[in-house]
Amino acid sequence: MDARRATTTVPRVRQVGFFTPNAPPAQPSRTHSFPLDSSSPPLSNSPVNNSLSPVMIPPSRHLSDNLVHRATSPLPVPEPSAFRRPIRSHHVAVVGSYNPTESLLGSSPPLASPSSRVIGDGEFSEESSAGWFRRSNSAKFASSFSGAFDLTSVMSSEAGGFHQVKKPVVAQTQSTKPLKEKTTKAERRALQEAQRAAKAAAKDMTVSVGVSTSKPVKQQPAQKKDAPPPASSIAVSDRKGVERSMEKERRKDIPAPRMQFDDKSRVEKAKKRAVVNQSEARNRVELFRHLPQYEHGTQLPDLESKFFQLDPMHPAVYKVGLQYLAGDISGGNARCIAMLQAFQEVIKDYSTPPEKSLTRDLTAKISSFVSFFTECRPLSMSMGNTIRFLKSRIAKLPLTFSESEAKASLCADIDRFINEKIVLADNVIIRHAVTKIMDGDVLLTYGSSCVVEMILLYAHELGKQFRVVIVDSRPKLKGQALLRRLVGKGLSCTYTHINAVSYIMHEVTRVFLGSSSVLSNGTVYSRVGTACVAMVAHAFHVPVLICCEAYKFHERVLLDSICSNELGDPDALSKVPGRMDINYLDDLTNKDNMQLLNLMYDATPSEYVSMIITDYGMIPPTSVPVIVREYGREYLWI
Amino acid sequence: MLEQKPLLSSLSLAFACFFDLRASKIEGSQATARQTAELLRSVISQQRVPYTNQAGALIDAVRAVGEQLIAANPVELAVGNIVRRVLHIIREEDLSLTTAAIAGFNLSAASDGDDDDDGEQDEHTVLSAAAVAASARNALRPPSLQTLLEDMPESVAIPHTSSSGGDSEGKSKSADKSSRTRRLKHDVIEAVNELIQDINTCHEQIAEQAVEHIHQNEVILTLGSSKTVLEFLYAAKEKKRSFRVFVAEGAPRYQGHLLAKELVTRGLHTTLITDSAVFAIISRVNMVIVGAHAVMANGGVIVPVGLNMVALAAQKHAVPFVVLAGSHKLCPLYPHNPEVLLNELRSPSELLDFGEFSDCLDFGSGIGSPLLHVVNPAFDYVPPKLVSLFITDTGGHNPSYMYRLIADYYSADDLVVRRRVALGN
Repeated sequence: MDARRATTTVPRVRQVGFFTPNAPPAQPSRTHSFPLDSSSPPLSNSPVNNSLSPVMIPPSRHLSDNLVHRATSPLPVPEPSAFRRPIRSHHVAVVGSYNPTESLLGSSPPLASPSSRVIGDGEFSEESSAGWFRRSNSAKFASSFSGAFDLTSVMSSEAGGFHQVKKPVVAQTQSTKPLKEKTTKAERRALQEAQRAAKAAAKDMTVSVGVSTSKPVKQQPAQKKDAPPPASSIAVSDRKGVERSMEKERRKDIPAPRMQFDDKSRVEKAKKRAVVNQSEARNRVELFRHLPQYEHGTQLPDLESKFFQLDPMHPAVYKVGLQYLAGDISGGNARCIAMLQAFQEVIKDYSTPPEKSLTRDLTAKISSFVSFFTECRPLSMSMGNTIRFLKSRIAKLPLTFSESEAKASLCADIDRFINEKIVLADNVIIRHAVTKIMDGDVLLTYGSSCVVEMILLYAHELGKQFRVVIVDSRPKLKGQALLRRLVGKGLSCTYTHINAVSYIMHEVTRVFLGSSSVLSNGTVYSRVGTACVAMVAHAFHVPVLICCEAYKFHERVLLDSICSNELGDPDALSKVPGRMDINYLDDLTNKDNMQLLNLMYDATPSEYVSMIITDYGMIPPTSVPVIVREYGREYLWI
Repeated sequence: MLEQKPLLSSLSLAFACFFDLRASKIEGSQATARQTAELLRSVISQQRVPYTNQAGALIDAVRAVGEQLIAANPVELAVGNIVRRVLHIIREEDLSLTTAAIAGFNLSAASDGDDDDDGEQDEHTVLSAAAVAASARNALRPPSLQTLLEDMPESVAIPHTSSSGGDSEGKSKSADKSSRTRRLKHDVIEAVNELIQDINTCHEQIAEQAVEHIHQNEVILTLGSSKTVLEFLYAAKEKKRSFRVFVAEGAPRYQGHLLAKELVTRGLHTTLITDSAVFAIISRVNMVIVGAHAVMANGGVIVPVGLNMVALAAQKHAVPFVVLAGSHKLCPLYPHNPEVLLNELRSPSELLDFGEFSDCLDFGSGIGSPLLHVVNPAFDYVPPKLVSLFITDTGGHNPSYMYRLIADYYSADDLVVRRRVALGN
């Protein structure tokens, strides 16, 4: 173990930036992300370490009860109830993983192993710990704890409880401080555990403000018992193999170039495989030949009729695919959840064919489903991430698992992904974002982002006095639905179109935007028009806050919106619903020199973004690659 | 009180125009400018001119009508521009007549010889006539390098002759009253006709310059609809340039659809995009060409809503932002808070169906104010730093030069048309 420790992982940990001794202590991304990360359990629920995971601790349950309750109620996705209701039924099972105390314990044994690349673990590995401890004074710890936990956990109790909690935490961390001089391994281990206990205590206290401080004291011995050394060696040996494969994957991680639709031979090949017969659009836009441009609305009846003929396609997948095609499901989170739930159905109904291994066959199956989804509508980057997660989970199934065990484990993984990466992440984002809303603010939002809507509703619930400006654009006019929901809830709204954004920007104090994906050069890839709004806000010196779950972060880089994009139905452009007088283009759509371009996404340069609010905290766009690099691994670890 | 009656009839004409303006029946600054000029022409032709101070009478009449027209739609700056231009024309015609008359009088005085004045005084008046003209021109135009050079020799003479200048003017007026009465009015009407002609043909003159600006295989972005832009692009196409045009539709009026239709029927490669895709597409655009609603004296432009966004995006990508503007759109005013003061808020029905949101509109916040506001401005203001070039019928100009160009068209006395009313009050 010790010999292996000296491998490449150590410098990696250091690169993260935790080691600089006089780093500004108030970097929200780091401080906030640290406990949150540790709360996402890298190992505790993985099949190997399941035996290790300690008993559930009651207070945490009511925490996550609360969380989930908050999460599910205001979800504004058009189909949220359909897709998120199942989550609620699952959440009790998942709760355990949200208790940071237990998850930390679970992950503690393999900490020293070379594979501790996940930053949450890395912080505590011996090599880096010295620097970490030296610079972190107790106050900083306290602030980071209370800051993060307050946001994650204190929900109904308002800022009043926040300050009460702070003091005991300081006391706790100070008591652990003198320990740092000692160097033996056992003591350092003990120190780490004490730290964690302190954190747990902090969390417990913040969760239930009234609870006495005696609680963490009770917990500490129990936790120590729960970490038996032999288990860690098992974990390590298991991880060794995992890591090698991970190295391979890392190489593979550089995203394969996307299908370029101006490459004729490849398009022909793809067509032969395709389930969806799509006829190419008549007037393709020259600039976008590399993107698929098909006639819209022609495939649906055809596919519907094929519903019973398609043998290999699972009905759940087929249904979701058709919903994508028809546009019934839109919005990054909704699409992702729908896809995952379809895959869950697939896995439940799956049985390994004879003489095939589950791992390979299921992966191949999922791949074919994914290509079907892609035919229905190009995948969003967040969906790509999700699929990568699922495939890595399948690949990492231990060979010892029976089929039913493997299926159960995968289903649980999917549930946990939905719950952690989407539902709970949204909650954390809401908590963070609400701190940025003051009384008297005028908040501008563009289109309809479900996270932003939850933020606005939550801030309204807290009694903050603010006004909302909803900027909308053709052809989808999603803002109208948002406007209706917000006005129905009693928020004061101003509605306008994107052209008027520079008129309305004078009175705006903050801009909240959703995002489809955040790329590792800080570019925000989002619904078309977001870049315009961000640009105008930048010109008027109004801060732009992007709200985006971390699972949507992607390591791809983009400089403009041309290279990678999606084209919507061009006919949506020529018709203006409700305006019969606008019919100039009715008879022109089949003219050769007339093209209609309905772009779906654009890339906002990072210079327009003041802050990205994500589940790891509030970060500047320059920190996106750090998150991608360090937490991107997590998909493979969960 | 002789002129009372014709003034009334011309006012009734003005009121017809006034209502059209208020109801925004007249669309586009060109049509407005033409109508205003035609109206003012008829005002001038109906105005009965007194024997003395004819120019003053004409100016008063035009001003009276102009005030009302401007008040009818203060946002439509073209009205004010034309009123000022007509006033300027009257002043200039008056001046040139005066100069000519003085010169003629001096000539006749010298040849007759039976006048009381001796030779010395004759010489003096010749000098004084030129000085009057020069000083009047100076009053009309702000000093430029050219006028400074012209005036150099005479500037010394002005103080000497200021008293005799008025004297000689009075004499000249008494000399050929009857011919001058007709001539001033006639000349002014002629000049206004020329102005109308200019307004009508400014497209052509701007379009002539198209080939100098549009090159082969360029990609051009425009937003909304402008006849000037249409003619400009078409002129470049006529000269065998092949290029691509992206048209942003310009919600909520969707004038871009109209422009796209026109361009397509004229055979240009046209792609219609949504307004929100402007930023996405601008990285591949070579030039943004737009029409203006009005050009302000500081070089800023009032443009259809949405173009400020386009201008910002163009600046970010270093794409030239070119504004086409006929000279009738040049406004001699410096804007203050133009986004609000020179804007027009249109009906919310263009954005939301009244029926659809009628239930939401009922939700009051308790203090009587409705929860839902719909903002639908018609114009944007693009500050001069975002404009790369103006192309007017007199050629291309920098935004920083607009103040000078404007000084050629307007006299400083007319910048505030409402002044008389302010004094009266």
